[in-house]
Amino acid sequence: MDKILVGLKRVVDYNVRVRVKSDGSGVETDGVKMSINPFDEIALEEALRIKESGGANEVVVVSVGTSEAQQQLRTGLAMGADRAILIATDDAPDVLSCARALHEIVNREDPGLVIVGKQAIDDDNSQTGQMLAALWGRPQATCASKIELDGDKAIVTREVDIGIEKIEVDLPAVVTADLRLNEPRYVKLPDIMKAKKKPLDEIAFAELGVDPGPQIAHSSYEPPSERAKGVMVDDVQGLVTALKDKGLL
Amino acid sequence: MSRILVIAEHDGSTLNASIAKTVACAAQIENAEIDVLVLADTAAPIATEAASLASVSRVLTIENAANAHSLAALLAPQIVAAAQNYTHVFGPSTTFGKDLMPRVAALLGVNQISDIMSVAGSHEFKRPIYAGNVVVTLNAPADVIVVATVRTASYKAVETGNSAPIESITVDADLPTHTRFLEAQAGSSDRPDLQTAASVVAGGRALGSVENFDLIYALADKLGAGVGATRAAVDAGYVANELQVGQTGKIIAPDLYIAIGISGAIQHVTGIKDAGTIVAINKDEEAPIFEVADIGLAGDLFTIVPELTEALG
Ligand SMILES: Cc1cc2nc3c(=O)[nH]c(=O)nc-3n(C[C@@H](O)[C@H](O)[C@H](O)COP(=O)(O)OP(=O)(O)OC[C@H]3O[C@@H](n4cnc5c(N)ncnc54)[C@H](O)[C@@H]3O)c2cc1C
Ligand SMILES: Cc1cc2nc3c(=O)[nH]c(=O)nc-3n(C[C@H](O)[C@H](O)[C@H](O)COP(=O)(O)OP(=O)(O)OC[C@H]3O[C@@H](n4cnc5c(N)ncnc54)[C@H](O)[C@@H]3O)c2cc1C
Repeated sequence: MDKILVGLKRVVDYNVRVRVKSDGSGVETDGVKMSINPFDEIALEEALRIKESGGANEVVVVSVGTSEAQQQLRTGLAMGADRAILIATDDAPDVLSCARALHEIVNREDPGLVIVGKQAIDDDNSQTGQMLAALWGRPQATCASKIELDGDKAIVTREVDIGIEKIEVDLPAVVTADLRLNEPRYVKLPDIMKAKKKPLDEIAFAELGVDPGPQIAHSSYEPPSERAKGVMVDDVQGLVTALKDKGLL
Repeated sequence: MSRILVIAEHDGSTLNASIAKTVACAAQIENAEIDVLVLADTAAPIATEAASLASVSRVLTIENAANAHSLAALLAPQIVAAAQNYTHVFGPSTTFGKDLMPRVAALLGVNQISDIMSVAGSHEFKRPIYAGNVVVTLNAPADVIVVATVRTASYKAVETGNSAPIESITVDADLPTHTRFLEAQAGSSDRPDLQTAASVVAGGRALGSVENFDLIYALADKLGAGVGATRAAVDAGYVANELQVGQTGKIIAPDLYIAIGISGAIQHVTGIKDAGTIVAINKDEEAPIFEVADIGLAGDLFTIVPELTEALG
C-alpha cells in the first residue's frame, strides 16, 4: 500500500497521578509531564514495521490538538514517521469532532490503513477509531494484538474478553492497537536531529469545516471515593482470622 | 419518559452476564421503558434469558445468519435502524460494547458516553477518566439520542423471574461484506469467570514463571475463585490475555480480591476499586497495593501462599 496514517494524541504521561482542580472545574495539567499516548506509540511502531518490511511506502502521523502537540509529532517523526500533520485547535474537541477531523484528513490522504490506539489514557473513551471507521464506511478491527497483511486484505488478531478473536478485513481499514501488538522502539539522539528536518504541516481545525454536532457538557470533576484504611496482619493465621471475621471464609 | 434500548451481548446461545448489569444501570433512569435487542443467528434461547430480567419491558430480536458473530460493522447499521424511536441506546463496557457502540453513535451523528458509573438523571451521568483517578459529570443534550456504555462493575445484576414479551422485528439496513469473522479461541478454564466470580485470586510479575502460577490456581481452587493477573504477568506470558485486570484489561468487582506479588500500579488498581475486600500479599511493605488493601500481609509469597492454601484445608 502507499500510505499508513497513525493517530497520535498528546496526553498526561502514564506515570503522573493527576489531581482535580480545587474548584472542580477540570484536571490540573499545568507543568505536568506530557507524552504520546502509549497505545499510539504501539500504533506507530506497527506502521513503521509494516513499512520496513516493504508493506507501505509512507507513514504519516496526525494529531488533533494545541500547538504543543508538535512535540509529540516530532517524537513520532524521530521514531521514523515520514511526515506529520497537526490539526491545530485551542479547544478540546469531543470524540466525534475529532473523528470527523481525522476523516477529513483520510479523505485528503487516502491511506491504505489507519492505525490508532485502542484508548487514550486520559479520557479512556476507546471510541475514536471505531467512529472514524463508521464515518469512512470502512472495516474496524479493535484491540489488535497481531496484524497480517495479505494484498488488499488484513487478518487481525484481537484481544477480547473471552480470549482471542481473528477477523479478516478488506483494506482500507481502521485498526486500533492493543498493548501486546509490539514493543515500541526507543528514539535515538541522531533520529531526533533528523526529525527536525522532516515536514510537519499545520492545518487549522476550523479550516476542515467539521460540523461540531451535539455537544456533551463536562460539568464537574471530582476525585473518586477513597477506600477505608485497611489493617496489616502478621501471618497467615492472622489473615485467615481477618477473612473469617468478614464472613469471607 | 425515556425509552432505552439495551444491546444484548451473547455467544450465540447464552446471554452475557454483563447485560443484567447494563439493564440495572438503565433502570436507574426514572420513568424508563427498557427493551433489549438481540441480534443473532438463532435468537430464541438468548431472548428467553433476556425476557427473564427484571425491569425489561420487551425483547426484540433480529435474526440473520450474518449476526452469528458479533461484528460491529454489521451490527451497527441494524441497531441504528432499530433505535429510531428510542431516547437511549446502552451497551455493556465489555470488549463487545466498546467495539460496537462508538460505531453506532457515529452513524447516529452523536457522541458516545463511555463507562457510565452512576446515573444522576436521564441525561446526566458520571464516568471515570485518567485510570479512575478522576470522576467527571457529563450532561448529554436532551434533544438527541444518548448512546452509552455501562461500567458493569458499578452495578449489581437485576433479578430474574420476569417474562417480558419477545417480538421478532425486521430492519432495513445494508450489511457490508468487508469484515469477516475467522475464528475465536476462548481461554479454556473450569474456574469461575473473572468478571462474575465472587472471589478472585490474582498474581503479578513476582510469580516469575508459568509453573509458579500454579500457586495461584491452587489457592483459587480452594476458594472456588476466578483467576486474574497484572499486565506484567500477561506480557511475560505466565497467563493468557483475558486474565488481565485493570485500566486496559477487565474492571471487576468481586466480594474478595487477593493480590499476590502485585505492586499496585494505578493502571491495575483501577480495575479492582469496587471489590468488597482487597487482600494484598507482597514482600515490600511500602508497595502501593497496601494503600488500597483492606487486609495486608507483608512477606514472601512463595512461603505465604502455600501456607494459606494449606490453612484453608
Ligand atoms: C481535561 C479534559 C477536558 C475535556 N473536556 C471536554 C469537553 O468539555 N467536551 C468534550 O466533548 N470533550 C472534552 N474532552 C475530550 C476530548 O478532548 C477527547 O480527548 C477527544 O475527543 C478524544 O477522545 P479520547 O482521547 O478519549 O480518545 P479515544 O477514543 O480513547 O482514543 C483512541 C485513539 O484515537 C486517537 N486519537 C484520539 N484523540 C486524538 C487526537 N486528538 N489526535 C490524534 N489522534 C487521536 C489516538 O490514536 C487514540 O489512541 C476533554 C478531555 C480532557 C482530557
Ligand atoms: C498504557 C498502560 C496500560 C496499562 N494497563 C494495565 C492493566 O490494565 N493492568 C495492569 O495490571 N497493569 C497495566 N499497566 C501496567 C502497570 O503500570 C504496571 O506495570 C503493572 O501493573 C505491574 O505489574 P505487577 O504488579 O505484576 O509487577 P511489578 O510492578 O513488578 O510488581 C511486582 C511486585 O511483587 C512484589 N514481589 C516480588 N517478589 C515477591 C515475593 N517473592 N513475594 C511477595 N511479593 C513479591 C514486589 O515487591 C512488587 O511489588 C499498564 C501500563 C500502561 C503504560
